[in-house]
Amino acid sequence: MNALRRNVLKGAAGAGAVAVAVAAGLLKPTQALAAWNKSAFEAKNVNDAMKGIGAASPSDSKDITIKAPDIAENGAVVPVEVTSGIAGITSIAILAEKNAQPLVGTFDLSGGAQGFISTRIKMGSTSLVRAVVNAGGKSYTAAKEVKVTIGGCGG
Amino acid sequence: MAQPMRIRATMAGDVADVKVLMNHPMETGTRKDAKTGQLVPAHFIQEVTATVNGAPVLNANIGGAVSKNPYLGFKVKGPKAGDKVVVSWVDNKGDKNSAEATIG
Repeated sequence: MNALRRNVLKGAAGAGAVAVAVAAGLLKPTQALAAWNKSAFEAKNVNDAMKGIGAASPSDSKDITIKAPDIAENGAVVPVEVTSGIAGITSIAILAEKNAQPLVGTFDLSGGAQGFISTRIKMGSTSLVRAVVNAGGKSYTAAKEVKVTIGGCGG
Repeated sequence: MAQPMRIRATMAGDVADVKVLMNHPMETGTRKDAKTGQLVPAHFIQEVTATVNGAPVLNANIGGAVSKNPYLGFKVKGPKAGDKVVVSWVDNKGDKNSAEATIG
């Protein structure tokens, strides 16, 4: 009796979740795929990648903090946290300079989102991890070296 | 079908701290299968979007250089406890998933 009730409830909740996923998804896919910045992600060096995201020559800034380990034992999972107090921040990009494809991701912020992104990235070898912040139409950057003992980009 | 995601949102002062764990292999397309020697086809999340009460707060484009089972943390100023955060992603094969949480 009880077990049946559980199943019915579970089923209802599951169907609800799927419906939400579809509703959220239906609005996005074509738009999302078209927006993905292919040229920037496939760029083979840092300069091309930065050009691709519209930040060709960012100025150095002390207002960007990159929190990452000095030595990462496993390049497949390197925690990186970028914090910036620059006013009017619109996006944060993360690059691992010596990766075959340096651009890791771009994060566009809006609607009260703070200058903060925390994620985990793959690094092929010891390299600078660079953050590029766009704020008020200008680009700022900062970098931190992470030593990698075992690379995490396959191969 | 995509695996479930985990999401948590907590208030710290007037800033909501959102943490998301997505289940995804994040294959770059450059890794070789150890057994067959063949390249493993690229399969990674390309776009992650987040909304608070329906208003967009984050739109991320990511590549294969984000670790397997991506973790993403971000902070939003303004929401109140009880507001709803929805995070969804789309990968390069068109698969998608989303999860929602109530800020607590």
